Amino acid sequence: MEATKKEHELIVTVSPHIKSEETTSRIMWSVNISLLPAVLMGAYFFGPKAVITIALSIISAVLAEYVFQKGMNRKVAINDGSAFLTGLLLGMNLPASVPFYIPIIGSFVAVVITKQLFGGLGFNVFNPALIGRAFLLISFPKLMTIWTTPEAAFVAFDAKTTATPLGILKEEGLSKLIEIFGDKINLYMELLKGHRAGSIGETSAIALLIGAAFLLFRRYITWHIPVSFLGTAALMAWVFGGKNPETGNMLFFTGDPIIHLLSGGILLGAFFMATDYVTCPSVKKGQIIFGIGCGFLTMLIRLKGGFPEGVMFAILIMNCFAPIIDRGFKTNIFGALKIKESKK
Amino acid sequence: MALATFKGGIHPPDKKELSKNAPITEAKSPQRVVVPLSQHLGAPCKPIVSIGQEVKKGELIGEPGGFVSAPVHSSVSGKVIAIGEFPNAMGRMVNSIVIENDGKEEWTSLKDNPDYLKLSPEELKEKIKAAGIVGMGGAAFPTMVKLSPPKEKPIDTVIINGAECEPYLTADYRLMLERPSDIIEGLKVLMKILGINKGFIGIENNKPDAVEKMKAAAKNEPNIKVCELEVKYPQGAEKMLIKAVTDREVPPRALPMDVGVVVQNVGTAVAVYEAARYGKPLIERVVTVTGEGINKPSNLMVKIGTMISDLIEQCGGFKGEAGKVVSGGPMMGFAVSTLDVAVTKGTSGILVIPEEGVTHAEDFGPCIRCGRCIDICAMGLMPSMLSILSEKGRYEEAKEYNLFDCFECGSCAFVCPSKRPIVQLIRLAKSQTKP
Repeated sequence: MEATKKEHELIVTVSPHIKSEETTSRIMWSVNISLLPAVLMGAYFFGPKAVITIALSIISAVLAEYVFQKGMNRKVAINDGSAFLTGLLLGMNLPASVPFYIPIIGSFVAVVITKQLFGGLGFNVFNPALIGRAFLLISFPKLMTIWTTPEAAFVAFDAKTTATPLGILKEEGLSKLIEIFGDKINLYMELLKGHRAGSIGETSAIALLIGAAFLLFRRYITWHIPVSFLGTAALMAWVFGGKNPETGNMLFFTGDPIIHLLSGGILLGAFFMATDYVTCPSVKKGQIIFGIGCGFLTMLIRLKGGFPEGVMFAILIMNCFAPIIDRGFKTNIFGALKIKESKK
Repeated sequence: MALATFKGGIHPPDKKELSKNAPITEAKSPQRVVVPLSQHLGAPCKPIVSIGQEVKKGELIGEPGGFVSAPVHSSVSGKVIAIGEFPNAMGRMVNSIVIENDGKEEWTSLKDNPDYLKLSPEELKEKIKAAGIVGMGGAAFPTMVKLSPPKEKPIDTVIINGAECEPYLTADYRLMLERPSDIIEGLKVLMKILGINKGFIGIENNKPDAVEKMKAAAKNEPNIKVCELEVKYPQGAEKMLIKAVTDREVPPRALPMDVGVVVQNVGTAVAVYEAARYGKPLIERVVTVTGEGINKPSNLMVKIGTMISDLIEQCGGFKGEAGKVVSGGPMMGFAVSTLDVAVTKGTSGILVIPEEGVTHAEDFGPCIRCGRCIDICAMGLMPSMLSILSEKGRYEEAKEYNLFDCFECGSCAFVCPSKRPIVQLIRLAKSQTKP
């Protein structure tokens, strides 16, 4: 009896001895899946070119991660889905018309420079996909702002514009935008569907909201960042977004927040990119500050800056602040408030 | 009505169904017992017997080594055959007394005193001290010390901890079902000693039958209230239980007595009752032997000093290959390296995890800063930061994140999607720096 027991090697580790089933890769793949509706809508409106762009972006992101990790003798972790996600998000943030080398360059910048050179998953300061896009926008400003009209074979659409709704809003004003889409209700409906010029994955509000609902339901993201981000943007759009049609001067409290929320990349940004665990604050209170900052900067750029869209730069700027926000909003340790009270 | 609870916490699968329907049965009296002289927090005992000496069941064999200490008694009748170092569940070597069981089960004289509640608080306290009672929930803090608060810290509430929030364990649950009135009597003794009239029994509401039994037993006790708690780990941690039941928050580094509360485990209450009424020392306790890796999950009344191997054998042995054997529950228990470890006053369970059920800790990833651990930490800490700082050897900085307020409940490591050994890293940091 004694001998048989001794043969047996028991495993000794520190507690706890049970773990939840949640894993990093399950989270990453879930986010990938949640983006599927928006990708499908992008493919529907922008055709095979959009699919090729996204596919190139994903393949080169995963390949870049593989080659880098192999080359540096690190554990190859392409199965965790994070490089796939970076590639997917980058592809969704590109116009469908870009030449093939654009997603490849962007993925390299995103995965190798922004993520791996900073120490890999968990150590990057900036959202990789957004740095990839920012790099492309600055290096290839022309290519990155040619917006094809959404024209999948079976969708008849005769709009001649090649500007995004936000571009039209900025350059020609609200009345022109409404004129193009017929009336205001039709404008809202088309924006919801995603039947408009823009980056492949950002146009369909309804598809993005479905994906966001899935992530919220599974608690992979919480309301804190999206709500504070979108809420701040909506408030600013309403207060400062209105213009006097005659003089073109700002008219307070007359802006249209709905157009601002449904156009550009704000939904994609607020639900899927600002919420990136690694580059946003970890504490909930800090996340609200982060979201407000993103919303504020987005609208500042949209209304006063040189670009029609500001989501990308807003999130990247707030990424810089994430660590310091975390330091400033440390959690309250259990019982600590009671001490403060009793000292009073 | 919202159930009483605390902020944070997790919901691990409770797995109590494995053993919850097994009534408490007497474990076979082992051939010999190894009684450690240090089963409690505080100073170890001094042996007062010598090799070859005959002892009776319940006889004092180790005297307390200080104020924070508790005497130990023989759990069998027989002959002392060795005094020496034996490993405990934490893997440390502890001076222990080995007694060969003569099978006669001869007790030292026990006297039934049905009027025990008429004894003075001092006399009752003396009985608890003499019986060597310690907290039986796991920490094994001498009960006597908890019942001797300094004058400037008056106590007004006693809480009996029936939360049993550790998954798998059912020892307290079975006691509440089978001996509810003994628990109430024990609580009354505690209240008498402290001279107070507010007693609570906190039970998680996944044990409705235990709640019913305890309520029925407390029916005629106007000063005792049964408090249903939300099912959430670590509901049974002292600070969390006090918050849930009384809404008082024990400040960081302070003790329950600082907010006027004494917490005692269900098993401890039974031991207190037996000590007060019969003068019976703490020589046996209920141990849940359970897990997917054991053939017959059971709740056993086990003599202190019985080897884990004896209990495994009685419960039908391992089912397949055992991967891990844990003394205690899965969240805070200790994985043992050998089955030749004795059951002590603080052993609430023996959990056998089969080979395939073991999550291997070496395969962890980087922190992705998802913040799950921060959201669920019952102490309001930032475990992610603590683990990162510890990993980098920045132990002093970890103190700025309240390193020493962590009581290692393991919730953070449970939820971590990167499977980081957060508790291990926190313990490492604690060992490398001073509070």
